[in-house]
Amino acid sequence: MADAVEIAYFVEARRQVLPGPYDVTLVEGSITTEEEIERIKEVRRQSGLLVTIGACATSGGIQALRNWADVGEFTRTVYASPEYIHTLDRSRPVSDFVPVDFELRGCPISKQQLVDLVTSLLIGRKPSVPEHAVCNECKRHGTVCVMVAQGIPCLGPATQAGCGAICPAYNRGCYGCFGPMELPNPAALGARFIAMGQTARDVSRAFRSFNGYSAAFRAASEQFEKDAIPR
Amino acid sequence: MTEQTPLLGGQVVISKPALQQLFDALRTAGYSLIGPTVREDAIVYDEIAQLTDIPIGWADEQAPGTYRLRRRDDQAHFGFVVGPHSWKRYLSPPSLRLFATRRTGDGFSVETSNDPPPRYAFIGVRACDLVAIAVQDRVFVEGPVQEPHYKARRERAFVLAVNCTEPGGTCFCASMRTGPRCSSGFDLALTELDDAFLCEVGSALGAQMLSAVEWRPAGAFELSRARQAMADALTRMGRGLNTHNLPELLYDNLEHPHWANVAERCLSCANCTMVCPTCFCSDVQETSDLVGETAARVRVWDSCFNREFSYVFGGHLRPNTRARYRQWLTHKLASWTDQYGVLGCVGCGRCITWCPVGIDLTQELAAIRGEGQL
Repeated sequence: MADAVEIAYFVEARRQVLPGPYDVTLVEGSITTEEEIERIKEVRRQSGLLVTIGACATSGGIQALRNWADVGEFTRTVYASPEYIHTLDRSRPVSDFVPVDFELRGCPISKQQLVDLVTSLLIGRKPSVPEHAVCNECKRHGTVCVMVAQGIPCLGPATQAGCGAICPAYNRGCYGCFGPMELPNPAALGARFIAMGQTARDVSRAFRSFNGYSAAFRAASEQFEKDAIPR
Repeated sequence: MTEQTPLLGGQVVISKPALQQLFDALRTAGYSLIGPTVREDAIVYDEIAQLTDIPIGWADEQAPGTYRLRRRDDQAHFGFVVGPHSWKRYLSPPSLRLFATRRTGDGFSVETSNDPPPRYAFIGVRACDLVAIAVQDRVFVEGPVQEPHYKARRERAFVLAVNCTEPGGTCFCASMRTGPRCSSGFDLALTELDDAFLCEVGSALGAQMLSAVEWRPAGAFELSRARQAMADALTRMGRGLNTHNLPELLYDNLEHPHWANVAERCLSCANCTMVCPTCFCSDVQETSDLVGETAARVRVWDSCFNREFSYVFGGHLRPNTRARYRQWLTHKLASWTDQYGVLGCVGCGRCITWCPVGIDLTQELAAIRGEGQL
């Protein structure tokens, strides 16, 4: 692979930086400042294929929780000199600003999926990155459904596979790290959580995590927030 | 030890501890025993060795979207029904490497596995699942094309069946006429009585295995107790499904508004198809190493609820949940008959129990039939 791929820009790993254009660019992180908006547009111009990797780049990340709050209040509380902080009021995915060719989901991403993507690009085949629900992975592994057998709320039926269904294998519900599956039905899943004893606020919070600002999870979290009894 | 070999089709009585002798005989004959055992708060099918590995004294309580284990107040050895696993896990594994290739000069070589296929003894196969295996036989072996991996596993398997005397909350084998009594497709079939098993001999292989087990001919009293238990079980089904005029009913209602109603509740998560003992769909994936020297072709379980499954050049055939659920139910209960001559549903109830939101195909079908509202 070292022969086939030249790493042109990866300052954490290699000091040498090669000028663009680049065949493939992997982008981590969400867009949270004006400078980053300009930078991602330049990255797009310099890149053949632009691939976003991770929950931050693909959906805005956990820092997108601020999208439902007042950023000015945060900076005033946290920083001694908040006037030095220049940030957008929302954390947004790369795809809100430039066209994205492919996404590798996850918080963190799957190493196997990254290797498979690079291999696929080198060989010229389709990457094996599923868009279906995590449940497929539990069932293939033989993991017993934690929701049905134990009544544990699990985001697996609305979440894209790829992690290997780790959490249910350790007796936990899925946290949705890989974001919404291809055709999620968070409204029906959330309604089931409520029938199992969760509150609408619990359900809103469950959808509002690593991928809370992805379109499907965002809509669900906002709907269940509306349904919640006000505090 | 009795000297004579029991007759094919005959009924004998074995004590409950004597089941261990049968396990031992099967292991000695080279079988891996796969049977029910408690794991992860459920009764799954896994490798077992001892009689104590099976869920003695456990029961399962099942309803749409829920499954709970509970202790019984007796020591019944098979006092539960079917769980999240089915035997297809072993006959048609969820992930199977079909072959690998290696680059050689300007060509490539193909490597297939030389390992002998596993030799399974399935312990505790219920009537519905015997029919499910027979359904998959039609798909994989009895059609114009034979699936060699399934065929090899199937031909080598020993089947110890168990008649159901206590149907579960989502069971409806009676209405599908697939149970609760095992009628064919087994080597031996047990009926659990209070203090012993009645054992029906279904094959010469079954009779041969019994020669290593202490048994005695069944008496009239035991036979009548088993008959009574079966008759009682028929009346205690958790659910029912009206099979009258089935393919036509669905073909005539492809645009029924109820499909959209189901789609509002359905998660399109594929659980129903994964737990179904007759669903057989798979995807074939290519894997390759980083430098392109070796590659492998792997078959994995897939589902008609996954969009990629119906992707063809130019687009996806079933872009929404309404289309996917309709495809699944219509295949199970209608077009399966056109393809294979039997229905694709055996009434095991797994899809009802293991649906995370408890969608019940018996109720959905009743709604389409116009029998009662949800």
